[in-house]
Amino acid sequence: MTTLATPAVKSSTALKPAARRRMGSAIWGVVAWVAGIIFVFPVIWMVLTSFKQEQDAASNPPTWVFTPTFDQYAQVFDRNIMPFLLNSLMASVFSTLLVVILATPAAYALSLRPVAKWTDVLFFFISTKMMPAVAALLPVYLLVKNLGMLDNVWTMVLLYTSMNLPLAVWMMRSFLLEVPREVLEAGEVDGAGLLTSIRKIILPIVSPGLAATALICFIFAWNEFFLAVNLTATNAGTAPIFLVGFISSEGLFLARLCAAATLVSLPVLIAGWVAQNKLVRGLSMGAVK
Amino acid sequence: MTDVITRADPKPEAPVVSPKGGAKDRWVRRAPLLPALIFAIVVTQVPFLVTIYLSTLDWNALRPGDRPFVFLDNYVTVLTDTRLQSALLNTVLLTAGAVIFSMILGLALAILLDRKFFGRGVVRTMLITPFLVMPIAAALLWKHALYNPAYGLINGIFGGSTDWVSSYPKAAVIATLVWQWTPFMMLILLAGLQSQSEDILEAARVDGAGAWKIFTHMTLPHMRQYLELGALLGSIYLVNTFDAVFTITQGGPGTATTNLPYEIYLTTFRKFEYGEASAAGVIVVILTIIVATFALRVISSLFRMEESR
Repeated sequence: MTTLATPAVKSSTALKPAARRRMGSAIWGVVAWVAGIIFVFPVIWMVLTSFKQEQDAASNPPTWVFTPTFDQYAQVFDRNIMPFLLNSLMASVFSTLLVVILATPAAYALSLRPVAKWTDVLFFFISTKMMPAVAALLPVYLLVKNLGMLDNVWTMVLLYTSMNLPLAVWMMRSFLLEVPREVLEAGEVDGAGLLTSIRKIILPIVSPGLAATALICFIFAWNEFFLAVNLTATNAGTAPIFLVGFISSEGLFLARLCAAATLVSLPVLIAGWVAQNKLVRGLSMGAVK
Repeated sequence: MTDVITRADPKPEAPVVSPKGGAKDRWVRRAPLLPALIFAIVVTQVPFLVTIYLSTLDWNALRPGDRPFVFLDNYVTVLTDTRLQSALLNTVLLTAGAVIFSMILGLALAILLDRKFFGRGVVRTMLITPFLVMPIAAALLWKHALYNPAYGLINGIFGGSTDWVSSYPKAAVIATLVWQWTPFMMLILLAGLQSQSEDILEAARVDGAGAWKIFTHMTLPHMRQYLELGALLGSIYLVNTFDAVFTITQGGPGTATTNLPYEIYLTTFRKFEYGEASAAGVIVVILTIIVATFALRVISSLFRMEESR
């Protein structure tokens, strides 16, 4: 699949143990590189295909050398992808803002100045995340329909907020716990009010965590498909809906599909690469650092 | 949980820390929590209660007129329906297949990444990339660009003209899910590996323990919690798999890959059997609660570990 060749392994009998160990780690490094390239390859193939002409995209054997073209991207924009991207952007950004506004104070009340029974509350939040969306879909659909809110971006904002809220509460809690209590108490002794301690002590420590939380909520909202496909259509359709509609109305235009898929995946790819050090913490709801 | 209905206005000023304060202090502490808690209850718990109610009605949206109360009839229909039984079996197979394979691959990759080598950051970035691709885009990519019998990349490289999706529908869905979820497992397991104490490992090496012995006697027991956490979180996410089934196989051929979410989707929006769909939804929640109980136990054990640190 790849052009990477494993380096020639010399007979190691003559090597000293230290050199042999270095040699061993070099081999494992190559193995890791090969694994990485295999894993990322479908994505590379998607991006390559998006710059091909259709006849090169649907060729067998696969076309490796071609003159890159932006035709497919132009076509995707001609098919009006912009409203869908804007809907996704609105649903993701506003739900992320709402999540952060709701989750941060809640996390504070579950960590630095805990309410009684804070563990129960914490587990209540996580249990809502475990409930499958299918089980709540019908009543949500009926309610939204009766309110005349079907195919409305704000409906998606609210639903994505509830989808990401538990994650954000757990994540923010784990970041808030890193604020040293002594510093906080010292501030209180010095007469710092709540607002001052938030601004001067808590925010500087927590803001990277806040950014990571927001990024992960953004990723999940941007990628969400199940609720979007059932509750939106032409007005509030999000980027995933565009992709699906694309395939059924266009038949098979592989290069164009790859261009559209690359475009809609790009924001999350960038966000994820930027936040990769914090990714694991968010995905495990703050359980793993 | 019910005593939070009455809501106090958030107070900007908090009094001095005193865990056993009076009623006022308790409300001041609760105030920042309430908006989020009330929001979560309204948006997630109320619909579920409505689902339970709907599940007792004989309601097909295509049929006008009464929606008579039928108590448990829908549950009987759903539980004796072979479609649902096969959907249940498919859900278990798809979830277990995806979780097990992505755990094994994830562990192997985490062990590779736990070493120092040239370009480790780049390799890690490459490895997490599949997880970041929009799931629906990933499903379309695998279906059309990789699995396609005529011009898909798999047949293009290895030859042959296998129609992967119709010949091996379950494997096709599972492979796509494994590709997307291996990075998730890898990240959790890598965090586990890196939380091992280097001193203890060094001490074992000095005492003459071999690499294999260290791995089976020290690393694996240490990793147990992380493996459990990965498996359970993965199951919770993957049991809801909808995108891949919807895109790659539409549940077919026949019902070969119809899992519970897809079956309920069909019952709701293709057959409009609202009562039956709700009953199936309630059953899914009960199953999830069973899995989730284990998940919570694992998470809370990690949680205690963190508290005691």
